[in-house]
Amino acid sequence: MAATATNPVATDSTQTFDKKAWMGGVEPMNASYGKLMMWFFLISDTFTFSALLVTYGLIRYSYPAWDPAIYGEVFQFSNLYWPTPEKVYNSVPFLHGIDLPLIFVGIMTFILIFSSVTMVLAVEAGHRMDRKDVDKYMLWTILGGITFLGSQAWEWSHFIHGTEQGTIINELVNGQTIQRTIFGANLVENQYGPPAFADLFFFITGFHGTHVLSGVVLNVLIFYRSATGLYERRGHYEMVEKVGLYWHFVDLVWVFVFTFFYLV
Amino acid sequence: MATAIDNQATVAHVAEHEHHEPQSFLRTYIFSEDHKTIAKQYLISGIIWSVIGISLSVIFRLQLGFPDMNMGFLRPVLGNWINESNKLDPNFYLALVTMHGTIMVFFVLTAGLSGTFSNFLIPLQIGARDMASGFLNMLSYWFFFLASVIMFASMFIETGPAGGGWVVYPPLSALPQASPGGGSGMTMWLVSMALFIVSQLLGGINYITTVINLRTRGMSFSKLPLTIWAFFLTAVLGLISFPVLLSASLLLIFDRSFGTSFYLSEIYINGEALPNVGGSPILFQHLFWFLGHPEVYIVLLPALGMTSEIIATNSRKPIFGYRAMIASMMGIAFLAFIVWAHHMFVTGMNPFLGSIFMFLTLIIAVPSAVKAFNYITTLWRGNIRFTPAMLFSIGLVSFFISGGLTGLILGNSALDIQLHDTYFVVAHFHLVMGAASAFGLLAGVYHWFPKMFGRMLNEKLGYIHFWLTFIGIYLVFFPMHYVGIAGFPRRYYAFTSYDFTKNIFADMNSFISLAAVFTFTAQWVFMYNFVYSLFKGKKATQNPWKSNTLEWTTPIEPGHGNWPGEIPAVYRWPYDYSKPGAKDDFIPQNVPYSQTPESNLPHENELISLEKEIEAQNLNDQFKQPH
Repeated sequence: MAATATNPVATDSTQTFDKKAWMGGVEPMNASYGKLMMWFFLISDTFTFSALLVTYGLIRYSYPAWDPAIYGEVFQFSNLYWPTPEKVYNSVPFLHGIDLPLIFVGIMTFILIFSSVTMVLAVEAGHRMDRKDVDKYMLWTILGGITFLGSQAWEWSHFIHGTEQGTIINELVNGQTIQRTIFGANLVENQYGPPAFADLFFFITGFHGTHVLSGVVLNVLIFYRSATGLYERRGHYEMVEKVGLYWHFVDLVWVFVFTFFYLV
Repeated sequence: MATAIDNQATVAHVAEHEHHEPQSFLRTYIFSEDHKTIAKQYLISGIIWSVIGISLSVIFRLQLGFPDMNMGFLRPVLGNWINESNKLDPNFYLALVTMHGTIMVFFVLTAGLSGTFSNFLIPLQIGARDMASGFLNMLSYWFFFLASVIMFASMFIETGPAGGGWVVYPPLSALPQASPGGGSGMTMWLVSMALFIVSQLLGGINYITTVINLRTRGMSFSKLPLTIWAFFLTAVLGLISFPVLLSASLLLIFDRSFGTSFYLSEIYINGEALPNVGGSPILFQHLFWFLGHPEVYIVLLPALGMTSEIIATNSRKPIFGYRAMIASMMGIAFLAFIVWAHHMFVTGMNPFLGSIFMFLTLIIAVPSAVKAFNYITTLWRGNIRFTPAMLFSIGLVSFFISGGLTGLILGNSALDIQLHDTYFVVAHFHLVMGAASAFGLLAGVYHWFPKMFGRMLNEKLGYIHFWLTFIGIYLVFFPMHYVGIAGFPRRYYAFTSYDFTKNIFADMNSFISLAAVFTFTAQWVFMYNFVYSLFKGKKATQNPWKSNTLEWTTPIEPGHGNWPGEIPAVYRWPYDYSKPGAKDDFIPQNVPYSQTPESNLPHENELISLEKEIEAQNLNDQFKQPH
């Protein structure tokens, strides 16, 4: 059933906000069913991510933080305490061996947030029915999304391969303690700290990355349909707006993921 | 039974209707986007699942009631799950309990109840052509279908289905070596549930959006039937709580298959330590019950909503406290999210936290009591017609009260230490949410069968079905309270080898089992009635229950788009029954006040001037839009 934004009231937004907006026979607040559905999906997805971040918080605070008074003045990776993020994420491509804490992830975050800006511009161009501008800004948004995903792939691969020195851990095997050097992290072991740190990092950034990936796929679809003139023929660019909502949401979630994993 | 009556405002619109291309069989009956067909698909699936789910419970009840029984006769069905000495395999017993819980809670009382009646009634009662998105609605059913197929298939694999209880607590569910069903059975359980959650999400956003956007002109939220309020709040509950279960099961899948330790820490198996450290099984319980508790209300609220409607209609009285009913449903929906830890009083949670959750839990008694009170006061001095639907609704109120009372006991964190995981809990939730919701479902089927299939269910068989089921359910669950207070734990295979259980209550357990078999048998009366009436039932009339809501203004068998002409406008609330001065004892929602000067109250006379405005506000009828 296509009850779309083209209904007659949509042209006069002041009229719908009077008492009759909730009287039935009209879409309250001028929101089409598709836009409402996107909003409710986003509410639901908020809870998916909240559950994951609560999980992160609970496990994170079951470990001690690094305390110079107990563990020594110089920070070292150890599975006894939760690592300090600046020490884990301190590399930037092509600048090997230089300690640049959180610079790369900062750039990633900037790119993603900037792609939200271009998305806003695409939505705005859609309101003006300016197909050329919609195409242009959608392309920029797609580019931003792909760059973010690429950066994340590099970040992951760096995290997986680890530092040159690795970390020496003590293991209890058949009743004997043996020493072993591990490099990088996977879902079972982790040179930077407790395995749970890597588990959560992979799961939550991976889950977010999957969202970004589906966002990029949607953006490409929207770009294609806009570029081939489908929305122009339809008379409105509401799909750009709906996918835009999703894209902003994914960015917003990243802000939280970034805060939890990299800042606190 | 009601006679055919013409309700004034509806006879008119037999107007011309845009011609729709007839669709292929596949699109009409299988991959249908019509909400009525999807509702029927959910109903039939729910009925099939309930037969399976209840059969499983009868099998394990036989084991509990008659531990020495020769179960050889079940071998043709259960195969090697009956061992050489003709006994039920203990591992399969656990699987039976798990699958019974999963099937009844999710597949029958969530999908079968909400899926059927939200789909069927939301568009019909708010005056919409269909759901907001027919396509997503269809997708929702087929995701559910896929989840059903996987869950069903898991019962036939060699190692058996999941056996860790419907709550799938790790580490039991996380370690494949913990039980035979912990391997592929559990994997299939998780996959099936993930698909089920997707289905719920698609359904839920559709229900909410439809209620907000597609109400017909005049149908403000304060004129919505209580059924719609209940479905709306249920959908909101599901929308917020199911994603948390999705996260929880995804983390569990990673723990099971990819070596992570979200829920696992310091576990020894045969003296060998597992490598997992750092996780917390309590974390899973928190995540699970954040869904699990709202789930109780996801199951119960639609039943309460339909009961409100049926009781008001058949008492020929306005529902007592319409706004109080809405407020109490909102209260229940809100409280549902902040009481989850009362399921975890004995898991080692901080006792101070326990007392907070106890306090919040006991507050639920307030809105619940408001509802029970309002049902009774609606019945009070009503002109009651005991249709089968009405009997089932009254039965629901009875179960809601007797099960709710034990909720007050269990909600106390101190009393819960004794009663936790005993048959007292089993009795409590089976009455208050299991039987009550099942009665809501049955009441709904009896009440709306004429609208769904254009025929009436047989009333005599309905009475027999009601009394056998009502008595049967009390015979099953009432004695369980005693067994539970005596300390009998739930989910145990047999009580024959423990000193504190082996000499007592064997007769009571046999009695409960016999009652369970009796109640299960009684359901075939309904099955027969359902199938028989589907083909041979008495033809339904336009408005067999003389009801006020909009679905009875559609043709007897509504076609695609529900109303042949324009969608009727709504002028009054849905509970104008036995209004003083009116010539009938009901005035449908689409009758304007200007046509009923004899019964209008002073403030209603003032509303006559609004009627023109309401009629003009016809802006979301989808058939006016290209599609």
